Amino acid sequence: MMTSAPSHTPVLQVENVTVRFGGVIAVQNVSLTINQGELVGFIGPNGAGKTTLMRVITGIVKPQEGRVLLEGRDLAKDTINERVRGGMALAQQIVQPLHELSMLDNVALACGGAKTASVINSMFYTNREQERDRARSLLERVGLGEVTNALPATLPLGYLKRLEVARAMALEPKLLLLDEPLAGLNQAEAKDLADLILTLNKGGQTILLIEHNLREVLRICPILYVQDNGVPLAFGAADMVMKNPEVRSAYLGGHA
Amino acid sequence: MAYEITLLTTMAISILFALSLNFISGFCGQISLGHAAFLGTGAYASAMLTKSSIPFLLTLPVAAIIAGFFGFLIGLASLRVRHDFLAITTMGVGFLFVGIVRKQDFLGGELGMAGIPSPDMSRESFMVFCIILAVIFAVFSLYIRRSWMGFVFESIADNEDVTRILGIDASRFKLAAFVIGTAVAGIAGALYAHHFRYIGPDSFGFVQSVSVLAMVIVGGVGSVWGVAFAAAVLSILPLLVQFIDDYKLLFYSALLFAMMRFAPDGVAGIVQRIFGFARRGS
Repeated sequence: MMTSAPSHTPVLQVENVTVRFGGVIAVQNVSLTINQGELVGFIGPNGAGKTTLMRVITGIVKPQEGRVLLEGRDLAKDTINERVRGGMALAQQIVQPLHELSMLDNVALACGGAKTASVINSMFYTNREQERDRARSLLERVGLGEVTNALPATLPLGYLKRLEVARAMALEPKLLLLDEPLAGLNQAEAKDLADLILTLNKGGQTILLIEHNLREVLRICPILYVQDNGVPLAFGAADMVMKNPEVRSAYLGGHA
Repeated sequence: MAYEITLLTTMAISILFALSLNFISGFCGQISLGHAAFLGTGAYASAMLTKSSIPFLLTLPVAAIIAGFFGFLIGLASLRVRHDFLAITTMGVGFLFVGIVRKQDFLGGELGMAGIPSPDMSRESFMVFCIILAVIFAVFSLYIRRSWMGFVFESIADNEDVTRILGIDASRFKLAAFVIGTAVAGIAGALYAHHFRYIGPDSFGFVQSVSVLAMVIVGGVGSVWGVAFAAAVLSILPLLVQFIDDYKLLFYSALLFAMMRFAPDGVAGIVQRIFGFARRGS
């Protein structure tokens, strides 16, 4: 399979993952590798099992078969917070800001990983300035420099989507998981955020982008992974993948 | 003068007890409807020890450790259940405590324990001692709220799942809140036992748990000053007004309901609004 990856160091490896809910197979024998520096678009029609696979990667759903590795380390026993500590960060589809905290503190908390690693030690730190400075520059980077002191509830969805991204970036992840960041945004907002994602990737960030918005995914992602009905259809360079008759039929509803 | 000393001592113990629940429910967002069980654990532990001639001051850390240990166990339950279910679970723990204590002859059973020794100090010194402990814990609470532990607590109270997604081990922080809060409730219990010098299973029942929750809600969930103020006022009201003493559960429940309906952010919120308006007005 052709990829234009900047390097071939695998960051995320999904190996032969199968998930069954009762008798229903949600994900069947999926394997997927994302290398350092890649921006992989993960697409598929509704009910394709995108969310389920995402949940397997973050550890919310345990697969019946197969495993997930982050930088070669099996994550089977890791809880979600341990996976995040291990180098994975997630921007969620349904935005979940911490409502009582300012935009700045939402990101600053994520910046304070060193201070929140141990419960006992967390008692002895009171200074937030360093984290707030980093949070401020992250918010500026995602275009939210003007609203650092606002409470999330006062801001529109497009801002909160960016907050999710900034908060995930604050964790300095080896792998950034973006779960439908463009969902619910209008065309202009979606284009802006897609541009931002591309910029982050150009800065060296490895990203797995799960997205419905085909137009933007095709515009920014050099590599695509397509799944339908829990079954992998294609994985590789975007132009090759989109020529695949099975992918076309899954999207256009015709017969391959 | 003796009466005022009794009032002030009662007040200080109530403030300490209310702030201990505020640590768990106010700071970390974990509701507890059975907090009186930990007051009782500390009270019984300390009373048993002083009755076997162990100096009062030495019983305080023991009361804290025993109550904190049980708090740790309840904290483990909070890792499995949340919100309403946690409220029911903690309420059950409260009933369990009373139910077990009632049946233990060595704890005095239904009759409780009378003749608890006085705390090796004058009534004035004991009052000052209680006030000092309440102030120390109030200052500690204010400090914690500013610390990164407080920052994480705020985040857990807001949204536990998001806290985990930020790579924070929310479970450990919740356990810490339960252990600290219940250990301090244990200390308040030791003070309580040696202040009233009589304790019985009914001193630590559902009414006591609702009363202390009322103090936290009326004061303003999470606000150290508000909760201390509400605890001070609500603890002496039953002593001053006979009607309230007779209808404690009714009074506190009605107050709880009224606050949640009309001023969910408590006295602290009301004050903040008044000052907010004043600032905008000026």
